[in-house]
Amino acid sequence: MANRTYPTVRVEGERGLAASPATRKRRRPGWLRGEMLIALIVLAPSIFLVAIFIYGFIGWTFYISTVKWDSAVVDYTFVGLKNWQRLFNDARFHSDLRNHLLYAIGFMSQCIVFGFLLAVLLDLRIKGEALFRTIFIFPFAVSGIVTGVAWRWLMQPTTGINLLFAAVGLENFQPSWFVHAKFGMLAVSIAAAWQFTGYVMALYLAGLRGISYELREAAAIDGADSFEIYRYVIIPLLAPVTFVVIVLTGMNSIRIFDLVAAMGGSGPAFATDTLAFNMYQTTFGSYRFSLGAAIGSFMILLSLFLVVPYLRSMRGEVER
Amino acid sequence: MNLQRIWTRSAIYFLLIAFAAYYLMPFYVMLITSLKPFADVQIARMWELPQNPTLEGVLRAWTSVAPNFWNSVRITVPAALISAFIGSINGYIFAKWRFPHADTVFILFLVGMFLPYQGVLIPLVRTLQFFGLYGTMPGLVMVHCIFGIPITALLFRGYYAGIPNELLDAGKIDGCGFFGLYRWILLPISLPAFAVVLLWQFTTIWNDYLIGLVVLSNPSRAPVNVAVQNLAGSYFVEWNVQMSGALIAALPTILVYLALGKLFLRGLLAGSLKG
Repeated sequence: MANRTYPTVRVEGERGLAASPATRKRRRPGWLRGEMLIALIVLAPSIFLVAIFIYGFIGWTFYISTVKWDSAVVDYTFVGLKNWQRLFNDARFHSDLRNHLLYAIGFMSQCIVFGFLLAVLLDLRIKGEALFRTIFIFPFAVSGIVTGVAWRWLMQPTTGINLLFAAVGLENFQPSWFVHAKFGMLAVSIAAAWQFTGYVMALYLAGLRGISYELREAAAIDGADSFEIYRYVIIPLLAPVTFVVIVLTGMNSIRIFDLVAAMGGSGPAFATDTLAFNMYQTTFGSYRFSLGAAIGSFMILLSLFLVVPYLRSMRGEVER
Repeated sequence: MNLQRIWTRSAIYFLLIAFAAYYLMPFYVMLITSLKPFADVQIARMWELPQNPTLEGVLRAWTSVAPNFWNSVRITVPAALISAFIGSINGYIFAKWRFPHADTVFILFLVGMFLPYQGVLIPLVRTLQFFGLYGTMPGLVMVHCIFGIPITALLFRGYYAGIPNELLDAGKIDGCGFFGLYRWILLPISLPAFAVVLLWQFTTIWNDYLIGLVVLSNPSRAPVNVAVQNLAGSYFVEWNVQMSGALIAALPTILVYLALGKLFLRGLLAGSLKG
């Protein structure tokens, strides 16, 4: 853009404007003048704050992960990758990784399958569509803590959902839900998906509304039945939405904290522990700041796997 | 209408109603449990309507979380207003003042909104302590405003990008500068965008747990979601009190959602970059 502005300046110069003392003083590039300069000055504090509070702090956290700060007393003695080594050998960290994987599988599959299914159903010219939509998105309006408190009650092994199972003759199917020593994390993922599916549905619904009916009719004329229309026309066309959904639910799977805190913490043998919960307890509970910083840094690295491809896909959209 | 069509239609409605029941079930259980006296909160009759509905649980929960409820109001309202205002200025600049590398700066803003907070918490606490803002409400308001910069800029940028440049050019001819264009041309037509952003920030900040927990853990100053979580820890068996606390914490966002659901949906779609 700077290059594009220069010719104009030169034209003005040829007209003799540059000769005036007022313009001669301005040797700054064209874009750094006048109103544009004001715009930049107004934006500067925000740029500064984002640079410090996000990027600077991330750098600082990485730095803390390489020092010996493992008590309430600040200690910046450099120890290299010792904290990372300790983290990678920590059994709790290993359960965290397993739990995140389990959670991501449960959470993402529920969100994608139910979110897509509900969007498709609502797109079938349904009576009371607005009401159903309101109900499905409703859980997204409440906090993770509220969700966790409600589901902890529903998932009490002796009552809640298990009572319903018993009532329909499943007396022998009484899962222990989030206190299960192996699959507790899947119970957490049920509560999380309950909250998040409406959002996914809204994204898919917006995507479906963007696909014209003519296209479906054309496919139908070509002899495709409704299943084939979804399989070969609609689902491929919704791939960009699915990509966004995978990124969003994936980020959620890395960050998950509130629900775990509200549903009984790390659980038996860390069965429902997560990186975020581990980081919080390690740092603000046991004051092992450097180890906590290593966990936090690890979470940042993990999220780059989702952020980088996402930004690649965004670039085209942002740059007009 | 043939028989098969009737069957498919019935199946569709059956599925929709079943899912609706599933999504409403936790709200139903929260509501009925909070209206039961403690003596009636029996695990065997969890799903039954309260026989002697009472506000006993609600009142007990309210006495313990009311101060935190008002804390949340005092944190959320200013933080949402300030961050919406900052966002509208930033969105205006990103949309209409295309300085070199504006898109790169914008993308760096976006990345910021993705990254997990665990990567910044320790420096955040240290910095707030240094400035004497740790454990204070203004400190928490400030943190919410800063972490709200990316999403609010994104939402407003999208809105302002849809406003034709010719409108601004007309303003420039009339002698408006940077502030004049914003004040006289964009601001008067920004109401829909403000509504979406305010709603979004209100729900996000009200529903926040992590930042409130870390920055303002003092029980008397903590926001309501932190208090509800503490309540759940201390009265483990008194489910009626716990459910009441959860309902109290959820009420403002539920009401806002029911009143302004369309705007909420618009925010969801526009902010689909955020988790």
